[in-house]
Amino acid sequence: MDIRNHTISILVNNKPDVLARIAGIFSGRGYNIESISANVTMNPELTKIIIVTVGNTATVTQIQKQLKKLVDVITVSRARESKHAQREMALVRITLHEGTLNEITKLVEELKCRIAVKKPDHCVVEITGNKEEVDLALTRFDAIGIDDVSRSGIVTLS
Amino acid sequence: MELTGSRILMKTLVEEGVDTIFGYPGGAVLDIYDEIYKTRINHILVRHEQGAAHAADGYARASGKVGVCLVTSGPGATNTVTGIATAYMDSVPMVIFTGQVPTSQIGTDAFQEADITGITRPCTKHNFLVRRVEDLAGTIRDAFHIARSGRPGPVLVDLPKNVMQARTEVSEDSAPRQEEDKPLLPDPDQLQQAVELIKQAKRPLILTGGGVILGKASEDLNLFAKKLRIPVAGTLMGIGGFPGSDPLWLGILGMHGTFYANMAICNCDLLIACGVRFSDRITGKLSEFASHANIIQIDIDAASINKVVPAHVPIVGDCRPAIQSLNRLIEEGDYTVADEDRKEWLDQIASWKSEAPLSYEKSDLIKPQSVIETLHRLTGGNAIVATEVGQNQMWAAHYYHLDHPNNFLTSGGLGTMGYGFPAAIGAQVAFPDRTVVDVAGDGSIQMNIQELATAVNYNLPVKIVILNNGYLGMVRQWQELFYEKRYSHTKLTQVPDFVKLAEAYGAVGLRTSDPAEVESMLKKGLETPGPVIMDFAVDPEEGVFPMVAPGSSLKNISLK
Repeated sequence: MDIRNHTISILVNNKPDVLARIAGIFSGRGYNIESISANVTMNPELTKIIIVTVGNTATVTQIQKQLKKLVDVITVSRARESKHAQREMALVRITLHEGTLNEITKLVEELKCRIAVKKPDHCVVEITGNKEEVDLALTRFDAIGIDDVSRSGIVTLS
Repeated sequence: MELTGSRILMKTLVEEGVDTIFGYPGGAVLDIYDEIYKTRINHILVRHEQGAAHAADGYARASGKVGVCLVTSGPGATNTVTGIATAYMDSVPMVIFTGQVPTSQIGTDAFQEADITGITRPCTKHNFLVRRVEDLAGTIRDAFHIARSGRPGPVLVDLPKNVMQARTEVSEDSAPRQEEDKPLLPDPDQLQQAVELIKQAKRPLILTGGGVILGKASEDLNLFAKKLRIPVAGTLMGIGGFPGSDPLWLGILGMHGTFYANMAICNCDLLIACGVRFSDRITGKLSEFASHANIIQIDIDAASINKVVPAHVPIVGDCRPAIQSLNRLIEEGDYTVADEDRKEWLDQIASWKSEAPLSYEKSDLIKPQSVIETLHRLTGGNAIVATEVGQNQMWAAHYYHLDHPNNFLTSGGLGTMGYGFPAAIGAQVAFPDRTVVDVAGDGSIQMNIQELATAVNYNLPVKIVILNNGYLGMVRQWQELFYEKRYSHTKLTQVPDFVKLAEAYGAVGLRTSDPAEVESMLKKGLETPGPVIMDFAVDPEEGVFPMVAPGSSLKNISLK
């Protein structure tokens, strides 16, 4: 059973219900959406949607075929890790106590993140990287103490 | 010139070649109905929007054209959902126009508002909400194009009231109809591989499905099968795609397949599947389905190939050019099949046919199978036959064999009770001079009985044959076989007096429980003008056989 994550990149017409339709294919047929990102391309009439799903090869092949049938879907491709740059982003809010700012600053330097917002009582750290890098960074920051996290979907290009 | 949205709708429908709409008015579509009043389009007023959807479906299946229905917003639209899902599962080309509240009210829980595009997203091939009158004509053309192209399907167009009242500039000339997409042509290498397998096969079998009929490939399939002397089995949706009276025809396969069709599929070494999606009703236990065979699968929808059954030679394409190409390659290769090459296989099949033909025991109760057999004989096998769902459907499939496509209207995928009667009405509208019969059960016929008013109103002489056993028959059969006869809520006590019911609507009703009267009553019913209900009280515990239990291998056939 080769069940693992697959990243599917879908180019669609930028129309109001396209995202709902795509999400519906996943929910209606029992496929899952681990993460999703969607935004316009350089052509304002086209949107790129990137979905991470979990399954075996047969399932993912079937998902691709079902997506291709949709009228507003232009192309569907699987983003293979080796051939694609993949990035995700996370914003992490950490409450500032005595001395935590020092710890945070050191970790930020080590992991090459940035402090996006700094307030007297809290700061927000911005983390960018591939999935493993972001996972690792979150674990490291969690040791200091995370208040809240906002995590994006994947963006990917070959 | 400046036209309103309603006027544009009528104009575009006529340009698309639509001459018939099935519909039911309401507040949101008042402006459209005002235009219909002034236009020469044939509008059939039903009595329930579900009836409109099924009628448009039956019209489409019988005629090959795109069926059209028009309903109002809110409950009018939601009442069509079962009909839309029915058409979606069986790939029927249909456009459903639904009224909608004005665009400014959408999302405010307005009176008779329903998010019908949201509700039907999973059961339409595509759908549209028209927000601007400038987009209306183009959207309608797109809807028809999508409905009829590739693998056909239902398309819904949601029409807000203000859009239908708004005006826009439209050119005098008719815009050209969007032509269908060019047929999807098969890959030449895959075709070559298929021909090689065909030449080597000792026990080949053709499986014909709904795609052969939708793709208008019956004649080419006939040539193919006859030339190569390959026997043909069918799915429920494939009935009529290959002549039922031809000795090569093995009937349907699967859960209620004939003994010989199921034995053939279990023992064939090459399965040529045309326009078939391998529904669970025909495969039985997947790991044992056609386990000795290489499978060639021709289908227009790539998603249907290698979905549940592995295809050794997948051919994505329109059935017709694919089969035509196979015929041509075989012709060019000068390939013929000698008698001895097929003798063993065909003899084996003949022996299976005589071992267990379709049969039933005569008794002093009317056997439902005999009603269908007699119906077949009296109509020369030339009626358009619609069915409801359950035992009535299976007996019709077994005993009313058809020689031509587009004559068997049945809800195969969704299995919708109540489909048959309105679908028969739709078919009768398409073919006023043909005999159209609905084979029904006492349960199913009550689900859209209100359409008797429609049939009488337009003098559509649909003949309803009710196989009345006083039960929800197929479910009772399963309760008998798998739940130790615990008939939980399947006895339909208080079955109405169908004769009085017919007469209440202004139709003719006939009834008998005497086997000696079956033929004369059928004859009388068929010859009586106008819609007729024929209520045959049949053996209440008759079962549909052969049967393969769900999830069981197709070789585990119960004959009674």
